[in-house]
Amino acid sequence: MPISLDEVRHVARLARLDLDEAEMLALQGELNALIGHFTDIQNVNVTGVEPTSHAVNMNNVWAEDEADDPFARDSALRNAPMSRAGLFVVPTIIED
Amino acid sequence: MPTRLSATRLAARLAAKELGVREVAQAHLDRIATLDATLGAFLTVDPDETMRWADAAQAKIDAGEAGPLTGVPIAIKDNLCTAGVRTTCASRILESHVPIYDATVVRRLREAGCVMVGKTNLDEFAMGTSTENSAFQVTRNPWDFDRSPGGSSGGSAAAVAAEMAPLALGSDTGGSIRQPASLCGIVGFKPTYGRCSRYGLVAFGSSLDQIGPFARTVEDAALLAEAITGHDRRDSTSANHPAIATQALKSGTLRGARLGVLKETLGESTDPRVTQGVERALDALRAEGADVHEVSIPSIGYGVTTYYIIAPAEASSNLARFDGVRYGLRVEGKGHIGMMEATRAAGFGHEVKARIMIGTYALSAGYYDAFYLRAQQVRALMRRDLEAAFQDFDLLVSPTSPVPAFKIGELTSDPLALKMLDYCTIPANMGGFPALSLNCGFADGLPIGLHLMGPVLGDERLLQLAYCVERALPDATGRPPLP
Repeated sequence: MPISLDEVRHVARLARLDLDEAEMLALQGELNALIGHFTDIQNVNVTGVEPTSHAVNMNNVWAEDEADDPFARDSALRNAPMSRAGLFVVPTIIED
Repeated sequence: MPTRLSATRLAARLAAKELGVREVAQAHLDRIATLDATLGAFLTVDPDETMRWADAAQAKIDAGEAGPLTGVPIAIKDNLCTAGVRTTCASRILESHVPIYDATVVRRLREAGCVMVGKTNLDEFAMGTSTENSAFQVTRNPWDFDRSPGGSSGGSAAAVAAEMAPLALGSDTGGSIRQPASLCGIVGFKPTYGRCSRYGLVAFGSSLDQIGPFARTVEDAALLAEAITGHDRRDSTSANHPAIATQALKSGTLRGARLGVLKETLGESTDPRVTQGVERALDALRAEGADVHEVSIPSIGYGVTTYYIIAPAEASSNLARFDGVRYGLRVEGKGHIGMMEATRAAGFGHEVKARIMIGTYALSAGYYDAFYLRAQQVRALMRRDLEAAFQDFDLLVSPTSPVPAFKIGELTSDPLALKMLDYCTIPANMGGFPALSLNCGFADGLPIGLHLMGPVLGDERLLQLAYCVERALPDATGRPPLP
C-alpha cells in the first residue's frame, strides 16, 4: 500500500525533521518508489532462518574496568554550538 | 616526478634519503593546487598541517625508524576524524566541526609515518554512489571530467587516480571504496568486517561500515591495509585478530586457484562492454592456470533491497546524534524538539533526509516485521549461501560496477536507478567478506573494475591472489589523460 502524506508527516516527526510541504511531497514519491521495490523480498522463503543483525558473529566483548584518559572538559565543549560554565546549553525542557 | 611513484617506491627512496619527505609532500601539494580546481577531490588542504606530518615522518627516517610507508603522502576521506583538522562528512551540519581526537586508523597512519595531504570529498555522510550528494562540491573523474568518479569515496579515488596522492583511505558500506576505485581505474580494498577499527569513523550503517585503502597497485593497498588494521579496544566490533600480514603477498600463484564467477552479476543488467572486459580478464587468468567456473547464487539478487532497508535503518539511528546540542550546527526553534527539528532540516541534505526517513519508516511500528526483520533474515540467507560457495572457491569474481563511469547529473533524476548500481558490491558488506576491485580493462577509454571477494578473515589470501591477477593483466592499467 502506498505511503500517504500523513504517514510521511508522522515519520518526519519521529525522525525529528522539520520538512516543508514541497520536501514532504518529494520524499513521499521517493519512499513509495523504493518501498515498491522492497516487495521482492516478501516472497523469499525464510522459514527457520535466524535474522542476523551483524556482518560477522561475535560473542560478548569485555574490557577491563580501568580508568582511561578521558577528554578534558574544555575540549569536549569545543564544538558545542552553545556552552556556559563548562556545560552544554540546551533550550528549556521543563517549564517552571 | 615523485607524484608518479607508487607508495612502495616512494618509501624506498625516502628511506634511502634520495628524496626528502617535505619535497615529496610539496610535489603532491603542488599537483593538488594545479588539478583540484578542476577535479574537486579535496574539501580541506592545509599545507602547514601537511608539513607538520612531514617533519614527524622525516624525524622517524633520520632516527632510523622508517617503516614501509614512512613519508608517503595520503588523502583521507572526510568522514574520518582528524584531531585539529576540520571533518565535515560533506555535510552542512558538520561544516565547522574540528574533531578533538584522531580515528584509530588516522592514529595508526601517524604511527606509520604517513603524511596527510588533505581531506577528501564524499557523498554527504557517505550516502551515495556518485559523490554528487556532497553539500559542498562535485568531484570529477580524472579519466573524463564530465563523468562521476563514483562514490561515496569519490574524492579519495579521484585523488589517487590523478596522482595527487599515492594512497587514500575510504569507507565502504555497500561498495563506497570498490565502486569509485573501479570507475577511476585504481585498486580499492574493503577488508573483512572488524579488521579495521571504526573508532572515529562517522557512523553510517554500523553493521556494514568498513574502512579501507585506495592505491594504484595491489602491493601499495596491502601495505596500507597492514598499517591500519588490527584489534582496537575502542571499537567493540573490532575483530580480535592481528593486523593484515603482507610478508607472503608475493608468494601466491593463480595455478589451481579456484575462481567462481558470479552468474547473477553478468546478466542483462550489466553493460556488455563491462561483461566483455571481465571475460577477457578471465581468459587471461585461465591462461595462468586458474580454475575458473561459473557459480549461481540467486539470493544475492536480493542484496539491493536488503541493503536499502538495513543501511537506512542503521543510519536513522546513528544520525540521531546530530541534535544541535554537543557539536555541529544548531538552528533555534520552538522548544528543544523544535530546535532539533530545525537543526536537522537545515543541516542535512535531501538524500540524507530521504535515507533517515526510509530507515525510520522501516523500523516503525507495523512495518518492522515486514521490512527490517525480513531483511535481516534475507541477509542471513545470503551470507549462508556465500559461505557455502567459499567451500568450493578461493574467490568469487564479478564486475565491480555494472557500468563504467556515468555522466555527472545523468542519474540524479532517478535515485532508484543509481541505487540499483550497487548490486555487485553489496553482498560483501552483508556477510562481512573482504573484497577488492582492480582495473581489468577499458570501455571507450573508461576503466572497468574486476571484483574479487574472499571468505571472512581471508584478507591475506585475497590480496595474494589479487597481486597475481594484477600481474596477469599487465595491459589493463594506465594513467588518466592528465598532464
